[in-house]
Amino acid sequence: MEKDILELLENDSRISAGQIADMLGKGVEEVEECISKLEKDNVICAYSTLINWDNTEREYVTALIEVKVTPQRDQGFDKIAQRIQNFEEVKAVYLMSGAYDLTVIMEGKNIKEISSFISAKLSTLDSVLSTATHFVLKKYKDHGVILEQEKKGDERMIVSP
Amino acid sequence: MTEKKSFIAEKIQALPYSGIRKFFDIANEIEGVISLGVGEPDFDTPWAVKERAIYTLEKCRTVYTSNAGLLELRKEISKYLKRKINCDYSYNNQIIVTVGASEGIDIALRAVLNPGDEVLIPEPSFVSYKPCIIMAGGIPVVITTKVEDNFRLTPEEILEKITDKTKALILPYPNNPTGAIMEREDLEKIAEVLRERDIVVISDEIYSELTYGNKRHVSIAEIDGMYEKTIVLNGFSKSFAMTGWRLGYAAAPADIISAMIKIHQYIIMCAPTVSQYSAIEALKSCNESIDKMRKEYDRRRRVMLKGFRDMGLECFEPLGAFYQFPSISVTGMSSDEFCEKLLYEEKVAVVPGSALGECGEGFIRCSYAYSIKDINIALEKIERFVKNHKK
Repeated sequence: MEKDILELLENDSRISAGQIADMLGKGVEEVEECISKLEKDNVICAYSTLINWDNTEREYVTALIEVKVTPQRDQGFDKIAQRIQNFEEVKAVYLMSGAYDLTVIMEGKNIKEISSFISAKLSTLDSVLSTATHFVLKKYKDHGVILEQEKKGDERMIVSP
Repeated sequence: MTEKKSFIAEKIQALPYSGIRKFFDIANEIEGVISLGVGEPDFDTPWAVKERAIYTLEKCRTVYTSNAGLLELRKEISKYLKRKINCDYSYNNQIIVTVGASEGIDIALRAVLNPGDEVLIPEPSFVSYKPCIIMAGGIPVVITTKVEDNFRLTPEEILEKITDKTKALILPYPNNPTGAIMEREDLEKIAEVLRERDIVVISDEIYSELTYGNKRHVSIAEIDGMYEKTIVLNGFSKSFAMTGWRLGYAAAPADIISAMIKIHQYIIMCAPTVSQYSAIEALKSCNESIDKMRKEYDRRRRVMLKGFRDMGLECFEPLGAFYQFPSISVTGMSSDEFCEKLLYEEKVAVVPGSALGECGEGFIRCSYAYSIKDINIALEKIERFVKNHKK
């Protein structure tokens, strides 16, 4: 049941426990209990909303930064990742296999803000060896959702055998 | 001058239009209708399949295929049937690709019926069987399945209707419109009756991928002694959300398939080529899409069943397809009356059970091939309607 609940919430975080219960054929209390447990265990970390900011007036830039670092004795990459993740501008940090070590995704008001973050805060960290920054030009699909999709009606006939 | 004579054949004149078609004409006139009336998935065809269709067009593969269908597709169908119902069908001479399972029904009947042969059809069921039997020169003999038996077919009911003219039995499970399924033990029981008799079973398994509550679909062809006398019909419409691609297939003993190909080659030539190439992709890479759709249907199924029971309509729990078949007896209305009034008063379209066999009278067919949101809106309206019209 946990997996079903998680799938439903991942798809629509506003769905109520009652609706989930009906869909899974379970009791509401049982579902509520399960959700609380998942929250407590940090399986459910947050309930967020996917927003296409491009359709608003807000000015923003998203950058993906490839970071090469020196892993530290006993702590590997975790220590440096923790230092980076605490910056509020940073939206995501992943440890990567391949040509570089960390992917840092960050958002800023404009290119200048991002470049100053990189030169002043990121590159100056002791174990950071180098960075390569890529700016996002357009988002087509995010979190499994196609952002600019025509809302199409039901093409089916009203009644069919 | 003599009175103008109709050019239409008497046999065709005598055939009624489908009750669903009549109802469609009414529903189509009204604006803003919320429908639970369709018999096709609301999901999109998986993108991998559409991509393959585009590629097929780019490669100019827009010519006829062999009558039986593309070899590669028949190979995939053969593997699929082995995987799903554990039956061996040779792609060489035991499989034919058809224009939907609908064509399969037609040519299977034409291949086996002599004039005057009787064909048993459990009802309520899909609208095409009876007319296809008549057009093939046979005589339909209806078996009424009952809600007390969960709309399953029993050996006693078959025995009651068997005569020495009985040539075939249509086995429409998972069932449209009731959502009933036949489990292995149910099939074993009817096989007892059929095994020793010269009766062909035409098993319409178009909803085979849509069974719920951990019930895997079982084909009668899997049951001892039945493979030799069964024609399995299936297709891509429901399992892969490909209704408009018009693609199905039949698998059966070689002599029957050979006869079906004979008919198919003269009336159809071959199933649509682009659809055939795309279907290869569906069988090869879209199993996960099926699982996803089944899971989603299952959730809707529970929501709808609870909805009907909460509003006081008796509804047996369907374990297959994507329909529910609640009884409307608490309103005292006929199916037609209920559906028409519901349409005018609440703008909700559902299908009168009577359109799917006389014994469907007193029931309505509601499809859950709709989003949960739409289902909930429709349920609310139906609930209000039932409340206003309770006897």
